[in-house]
Amino acid sequence: MTATTTSRPDARPSTRDLLTRPDTRRRVVDRLMAVVVTSAFLIALVPLVSVIWTVLGNGIERLSPYFLVVSMRGVFGGMDAGGIYHAIVGTLMVTGFATLISVPVGLLTAIYLVEYGRGRLARAVTFFVDVMTGIPSIVAGLFAYALFAIFFGPGVRFGVVGAVALSVLMTPVVVRSSEEMLRLVPNELREAAYALGVPKWLTIVKVVLRTAVGGIVTGVMLAIARVIGETAPLLITLGVIDSINYNLFEGRMMTLPVYVFRQYSQGLVPCAPEAADCIATINYDRAWAAALVLIAIVMLLNLGARLVARYFTPARGH
Amino acid sequence: MSTSDTPPVRQEDDDLQAARRPHRDTAGRVFAGLSTGAGTLILVVLAAVAAFLLLRAWPALTAGSEELAAISWIPDHGSIVRYVGPLVFGTLVAAVLALLMAVPVAVGIALFISHYAPRRLAASLGYVVDLLAAIPSVIYGLWGGLWLSRRLEGVWGWLADNLGFIPLFEGPAATPPRVMMTVGVVLAVMILPIITAVAREVFLQTPRLHEEAALALGATRWEMVRMAVLPFGRSGLISASMLGLGRALGETMAVLMILSPGLTYSFALLLAGRHQTIAANIALQFPEASPLGVSALIATGLALFVITLAVNMAARWVVARRKDFSGAN
Repeated sequence: MTATTTSRPDARPSTRDLLTRPDTRRRVVDRLMAVVVTSAFLIALVPLVSVIWTVLGNGIERLSPYFLVVSMRGVFGGMDAGGIYHAIVGTLMVTGFATLISVPVGLLTAIYLVEYGRGRLARAVTFFVDVMTGIPSIVAGLFAYALFAIFFGPGVRFGVVGAVALSVLMTPVVVRSSEEMLRLVPNELREAAYALGVPKWLTIVKVVLRTAVGGIVTGVMLAIARVIGETAPLLITLGVIDSINYNLFEGRMMTLPVYVFRQYSQGLVPCAPEAADCIATINYDRAWAAALVLIAIVMLLNLGARLVARYFTPARGH
Repeated sequence: MSTSDTPPVRQEDDDLQAARRPHRDTAGRVFAGLSTGAGTLILVVLAAVAAFLLLRAWPALTAGSEELAAISWIPDHGSIVRYVGPLVFGTLVAAVLALLMAVPVAVGIALFISHYAPRRLAASLGYVVDLLAAIPSVIYGLWGGLWLSRRLEGVWGWLADNLGFIPLFEGPAATPPRVMMTVGVVLAVMILPIITAVAREVFLQTPRLHEEAALALGATRWEMVRMAVLPFGRSGLISASMLGLGRALGETMAVLMILSPGLTYSFALLLAGRHQTIAANIALQFPEASPLGVSALIATGLALFVITLAVNMAARWVVARRKDFSGAN
């Protein structure tokens, strides 16, 4: 400031002056916003790192082979016992059954949208698939409950009900990802097949699906990763149980997320001071350990999906 | 009768035709029918969700106040509407609070990934943010309930002491902080990835020419963002926020595991026992509910379904409308 005023005290700044003089305010604002934007990203890292760190730190202690292979049957109070085997069985079976429902329906819908869909119906399906991804998970649970309560009476709780609830949440995800993958398949491949006299349905099965299979598998894995952590719908459709149940069609089932919630909500155990084998925080410890297993499963599914996507990408024409 | 009249020559002709393209029509038609059926099934399921919820909610919607009063957790001489009211209020407060915290951060992250980060890193940075969405909600609940709330206790206490004259921060802050404010923070973290993902897509679509024109006129990077990127992405940002709102409205576990529930219309975010959301209330009461109680809960679920459906449809409508003219730029 002093330099300008002393050299030309009363003249307006020349054009050259304006062009060469660094505009401090604008530069400062620019720098400031760069810092703000970067720190927004760093802020997002805080919860991610903190969640993973706390789950790892609190869960690793209780996690042992024993914890993975026993159920909670006959475990009470602050006993230093109990595990998640029943919850793992339940999670695998219920999620597996949900996948069995969602993948055919989702894949066929995607095929319809890409290969057959024209006009108003296709537009409606596209729109409502998007809307369906936003259904609250608890509403999906209520729907499955309401559906099965008609046939089995009130208080119905067994594996398939939960699987239906999960598939309501899973199907739109499968549709979205498969549709995207099918659209990536170059049209030349389809036209080449038609030119050889292959009927349309066979072209879809043998050419289109085979080209897109990597992407579809990725999408399905991500969809599984998304519903495997669902808690609320399973809480109301499967209930809670402490023993192992291998039957999807009868009786309550435990799943990992519900197990975490159940242990958390049981809270601290009142321990007598002289009790040697009583751990006050046992429920929280089990919750953290189960959360660690759950997070590991989800992260492995995500990682696996990325690997499949990387190594089986569809041929992108030329 | 007519079949016996047809001359044998035509029969042979048909056979010949059929032999030339075996199974083609049947298999093709079955496949087309199957896939169309799957598409229609989606629409049917969505309609069925609404229909079954309405069907099961009907007993509670038509029940008298004495019948409803028999349910222990419904306040006395109340109708179902008076029961749903505070729940809807609590749900909206939680979702809006989460949105207010999440949107500025999400815009920052999206801008960082689309315009500030080194191009080579951008994709993997986006993946890191997506990981936030992969973490199950029950784990957020556990984290929020056992870890985060203890750390926020001091912050909320400070807020109540220094800004307590604002009704929102009315003190004394509850300890442990099982309050709406804590829930808002956790929900904000949970909806961050979806808002970021949509915003990022929109920002990346900004026409390159607009950006280069701004830079050529001497704009700094921030001025370029403010003049070219943000105006272009405004409608996309609105729909991204609405998608985030839809998520926050329906979130159950984090609220259930953190919030100390209560049924009032209160704006005091730092006091415990004032709010409850629809989803958390259902999960809380459902296991022990009587048939009429279940019906009442399903009625509240129906309200939640309608609200989220409206929000999501509005968001998707904005996105779809935008798509029509974004390509032309």
